Amino acid sequence: MDPSETPGAPRGPGRERWLDAAAGPIVRPYAVTRGRTQPTGEPLDIVAILVATGRPPAEPGRLSRQQRRLLALCRRPHALADLASDLDLPLGVIRVLVGDLLDSGLVDVQRWSTPAGQPYVQPHTDQNLLRRVLDELRAL
Amino acid sequence: MNSARSDPPPDATEEHDDRADGPRVALKILVAGGFGVGKTTMVGAVSEIRPLRTEEALTDASIGVDDLDGLGSKTTTTVAMDFGRITLRDGVAIYLFGTPGQERFWFMWNELSRGALGAVVLADTRRLMASFASIDYFEQKGTPFVVAVNCFDDADRYDPPEIRMALDIDPHVPVLLCDARQTVSAKQVLVALVEHALRLASGPSSTSPRAWRTPAPTRDG
Repeated sequence: MDPSETPGAPRGPGRERWLDAAAGPIVRPYAVTRGRTQPTGEPLDIVAILVATGRPPAEPGRLSRQQRRLLALCRRPHALADLASDLDLPLGVIRVLVGDLLDSGLVDVQRWSTPAGQPYVQPHTDQNLLRRVLDELRAL
Repeated sequence: MNSARSDPPPDATEEHDDRADGPRVALKILVAGGFGVGKTTMVGAVSEIRPLRTEEALTDASIGVDDLDGLGSKTTTTVAMDFGRITLRDGVAIYLFGTPGQERFWFMWNELSRGALGAVVLADTRRLMASFASIDYFEQKGTPFVVAVNCFDDADRYDPPEIRMALDIDPHVPVLLCDARQTVSAKQVLVALVEHALRLASGPSSTSPRAWRTPAPTRDG
């Protein structure tokens, strides 16, 4: 390439660009988990909903930048897939980071609960929930 | 139980739009089918598409497939996929995942289909064979699914009964024609899927949909 060109700058119409952003982060993904590839405990579902508990971290300095961002996002409920997309990190990395936050009691998994007195059913087989979804989809 | 965030009454929506509060419950819908059949198009027609990377470390389970002795945990496989979210009222969110069709991504399918509301198998009449793998998969997993034939402009038109026969689909499984680019059409597919999932959930044989033999009302119209 022409050495006067700046990497990342557009190189004229119809020509290739340097795709630095698309090439991914410079830091290898699992560096932010300090090399850990498996979360502690049960793997979280891709749409598990996480909410900050509001408890202050015991050692705030031990939280990574990414974990502080996760914690801030989880002040409102966020699904795991949303968190991965928001932080532009692979799902597996998010699982490890969120696992730490769960272990230290800083976030919680939002549990699906059925009304009192009714037997527990998982959301995807809950007829009342499916009926509500159906009504709303039709009305969209 | 969770008194801190108890359910809002269903009609408490006149002032406050709770869709901004984040989901309380999330339901997964998979959009499956062969390469180029319009999965991303369909997800995009009903929701805002967001990218998702699943850079999975190859675990013991996948080490059984390939001998990766000595490579340790550094070995990862990257799957880029699209997902979209439809936010409904009362904290209900539907997550749509366009699932990569190739067999090497089936570890993702297992994760996505666990606890899924159901799946849309998109089919292209020019390449019906490409849908077989998806149909087999969801039949085996007992995941409720519908077959939606994406009507490409230059493809021959077939009636749903012809497609049902060609794909050897059980009579209870809805087969419908759609245009994956059109929001209204894509939404109708989702409605058909939720109706189907609801029938299975309320039916006596909800645990083994294969055994369900009552023909669906004339959806093939």
